[in-house]
Amino acid sequence: MKPKNNHFDMVIIGGGVVGCAIARELSKYKVNVAVLEKEDDVGWGISCRNSGVVHAGFNYKPGTLRAQLCVEGNRSFAKLCQEIDVPCKKIGKVVVAQKKEEIEGLKKLKSQGEKNKVEGLQIINSTELKRLEPNVKGIAALYSPETAITSPYLLTIALAENALANGVSFFLNTEVKSIAKLKNSDFRINTNQGKFTSSYVINSAGLYSDKVAHMVEKNEYRIYPCRGEYHVLDKNVSWLINHLVYPVPQAGAGGLGVHLTPTIDGNILIGPSDEYIKRKDNLSITSSVMKMLSAEAREFSPLISPGYIIRSYSGLRAKQVPSSEGGYWDFIIEKSDKINNFINLIGIESPGLTAAQPIAKRVVEIINKKERLDYNSSFNPFRKGILRFEEQDEESKNTLIKQEPEYGEIVCRCEKITKKEILEAINNPLGARSLISIKYRTRAMMGRCQGGYCQTRIMEILRESFKLSPKEINLKGNNSYLLTGYRSKKENKSCQKKKSLSLEEELLV
Amino acid sequence: MPEKEVIIIGGGAAGLAAAVACQQKGIEDILIIERGNYLGGILNQCIHDGFGLEKFRTSLTGPEYAQRYIDQVMDKKIPFLLNSMVLNLTPQKEVMVVSRNGLQRYQAKVVILAMGCRERTRGAIGIPGTRPSGIFTAGVAQELINLKDYMVGEKIVILGSGDIGLIMARRLTLEGAEVITVAEKLPYSSGLPRNINQCLYDFDIPLLLSHTVVDIEGNGRLSGVTIAQLGKRGGIIPGSKRKIICDTLLLSVGLIPENELSREAGIVLDPITGGPQADERGQTSVSGIFACGNVLQVHDIVDNVSLEAEYIVEGVVEYLKGKLTKEREIKVELGNGLRYVVPQKLVSIKDTIFSFRVNRPGRKKTLIFEEDQRIIKKKYFLRVNPAEMLRVKLSSSELEEIKTLKVRLV
Repeated sequence: MKPKNNHFDMVIIGGGVVGCAIARELSKYKVNVAVLEKEDDVGWGISCRNSGVVHAGFNYKPGTLRAQLCVEGNRSFAKLCQEIDVPCKKIGKVVVAQKKEEIEGLKKLKSQGEKNKVEGLQIINSTELKRLEPNVKGIAALYSPETAITSPYLLTIALAENALANGVSFFLNTEVKSIAKLKNSDFRINTNQGKFTSSYVINSAGLYSDKVAHMVEKNEYRIYPCRGEYHVLDKNVSWLINHLVYPVPQAGAGGLGVHLTPTIDGNILIGPSDEYIKRKDNLSITSSVMKMLSAEAREFSPLISPGYIIRSYSGLRAKQVPSSEGGYWDFIIEKSDKINNFINLIGIESPGLTAAQPIAKRVVEIINKKERLDYNSSFNPFRKGILRFEEQDEESKNTLIKQEPEYGEIVCRCEKITKKEILEAINNPLGARSLISIKYRTRAMMGRCQGGYCQTRIMEILRESFKLSPKEINLKGNNSYLLTGYRSKKENKSCQKKKSLSLEEELLV
Repeated sequence: MPEKEVIIIGGGAAGLAAAVACQQKGIEDILIIERGNYLGGILNQCIHDGFGLEKFRTSLTGPEYAQRYIDQVMDKKIPFLLNSMVLNLTPQKEVMVVSRNGLQRYQAKVVILAMGCRERTRGAIGIPGTRPSGIFTAGVAQELINLKDYMVGEKIVILGSGDIGLIMARRLTLEGAEVITVAEKLPYSSGLPRNINQCLYDFDIPLLLSHTVVDIEGNGRLSGVTIAQLGKRGGIIPGSKRKIICDTLLLSVGLIPENELSREAGIVLDPITGGPQADERGQTSVSGIFACGNVLQVHDIVDNVSLEAEYIVEGVVEYLKGKLTKEREIKVELGNGLRYVVPQKLVSIKDTIFSFRVNRPGRKKTLIFEEDQRIIKKKYFLRVNPAEMLRVKLSSSELEEIKTLKVRLV
């Protein structure tokens, strides 16, 4: 159903993992839905920059939404991943005590987890820990078999693509500036790309959910950005750990402590730190935290050397609780008391990735209480991702190349990504055109040479596919141009100016 | 499975020289496997001159230097594959190649590794700050400008004084960009003195020694960097931080031999050179797999790459004739003043070229080869510089009697 005049039944503000999950959940019903995302792709705010952990649910206070939705999300995660073709591996987690005093903390976590109905939790001694994790130091651990890992970017993209296939409209590079309530009780949403109207607004703007909430009413919501920095280790050392390795959480900390996370692709992440910062767009990495992360990783295993680091990055948590208080407040998922049909999702930090689908279901429940939405009988829960050449057996590889010779061209050497995969990523259904959109979809440029070999090739394929001028090739959305123009065609104005100036100077002399 | 006498992985400077040398020594069944769509590798983007001074006694550009070898490959009809990437190499010297034609396995009697090297990145050296566009390794910028005809930026800071960074400082200046400075973390440059003179001083580009980038700003495109001076122990000197407004940061902070295939084949690598541990014939720890060029050790002059490739082919010929036997095993010990030595071990008695890099610049230094306390050979250098590889030849008679071998610099 094509909407008229940019009018939708429901507008979701924010294309993070939660916004995309809500979009997919709503596409199961006969409603017109739009997602407005201010960046050039989905998931760039919080969703793509975390540990990619599918939490079991023992870290959260019993009775809270965080606990309930996390456990629910963990249980349904494998099925979701199967439907939308996202990798997910139940590798289990160990929370490691280094000192005697910490064992009490393990017991607390275990009983908290059991109250939350987390299954299989077990306290293990140092011998058992050694067997699970030969390279990790510790005197005891809490073992959680239900904890899994996934790809946070592929999950967000897959949810969005499946929603799109089921009729949801996505508007990228669309930033909401203000929201007004019209006389007919619809909303008018003003963006940098024009106006939208809708009957419902769902505020899943993550870091900016407070700002969006304030656009319609005065309330007490406030989001503090809390930064977490990470190191990524070379795949060559993936043998260092087998499970997620966490420290015992400290009371009042903004995160779960610096941990070691095997990623779904075979790297290891060290991090994240937790540091309240002022600006919501400050994704810097800092030398002091980088040093701290390396040092803390060595507390787990002295074998971890800074020489294994191939990249460092940071992400942000959308925290409600001010730094002075510390710890966590529960998720807020509720309709506004004063403004009809406005639903707020505030402070969705960890375990938001795990809980994305249950959160989405809850939002739909809220709407359904009032609207009784009709099922969309043509909803297709399945979506196929980009086939990974490297993961196929030899026979299939040969067949693939025969059908599509572009599978025979390796573009990214480190991750062995083929031209066919790059082309599929470039022609992604959401229409994201940045270089990092290709990176997130294929893993090209994520290996140890960090794009040294393939970046220029991918830029060329991107430019040819969309007939872009050099300056239109972006790293990550607007204003992140990679090139300033052609070298030989002096279209570059500052270049011309400078040359003519120096000529004049010569004349003056 | 097709069988080949010699498979050469990489059609750049080392691979081409090895192929030509193999052909000249009478080996007929050769195959060069190149992943790019032309031979010559990185030489094609090195359009400056200064190549070939030793080998051809004339100054050539990179493409001209490569062409001398490509002409011989064409002349002698040495077979090569383009757009073909080796996916896997086994210790039994089975080579799996992928191209638009599908997967193909070859069985080789000898494999010559000639994959070259890659550049060290921002991630590996951990520069703090944001992650905007406009940060390139110097080689990537060189490729973009010289092979793709793009400009990468207007106001440029270069971190690291490796040779490619210096060459790019001049290149970008000639193309109308402003190169504000080249910052080098060490108290001395890691590039060749001739490049410092011709690429920086001739263009009034300041070289700031003992300086590094401590912060990067910008969320879309790079908007500036902060540089700071480093003290003797590597710490930031208080009050020395300076912000520079620029749109581009080039990194020229080192090269890493590309040994992913070697690692998969179980070849033992030297942690210092990043290349395989090799004997005096360039043979790695896996019998019949040889290495030459930047995959073995990072060179500063391409002529030496060619010479090294020609030199290891002598061993390849002997190996194919079944004459390459292991007569002994002497580990070459590294003494004071040197960062590394290649070969790392000696297994026979023959004239041997040793390559070294020193730890730091110095004047009036002597390189000493010794067995216990007995000096085998001394070589005097008026100047030594970590940027310049030292090569010294010892004759078979000098090496014949020894039981141990140590080299050091005094």
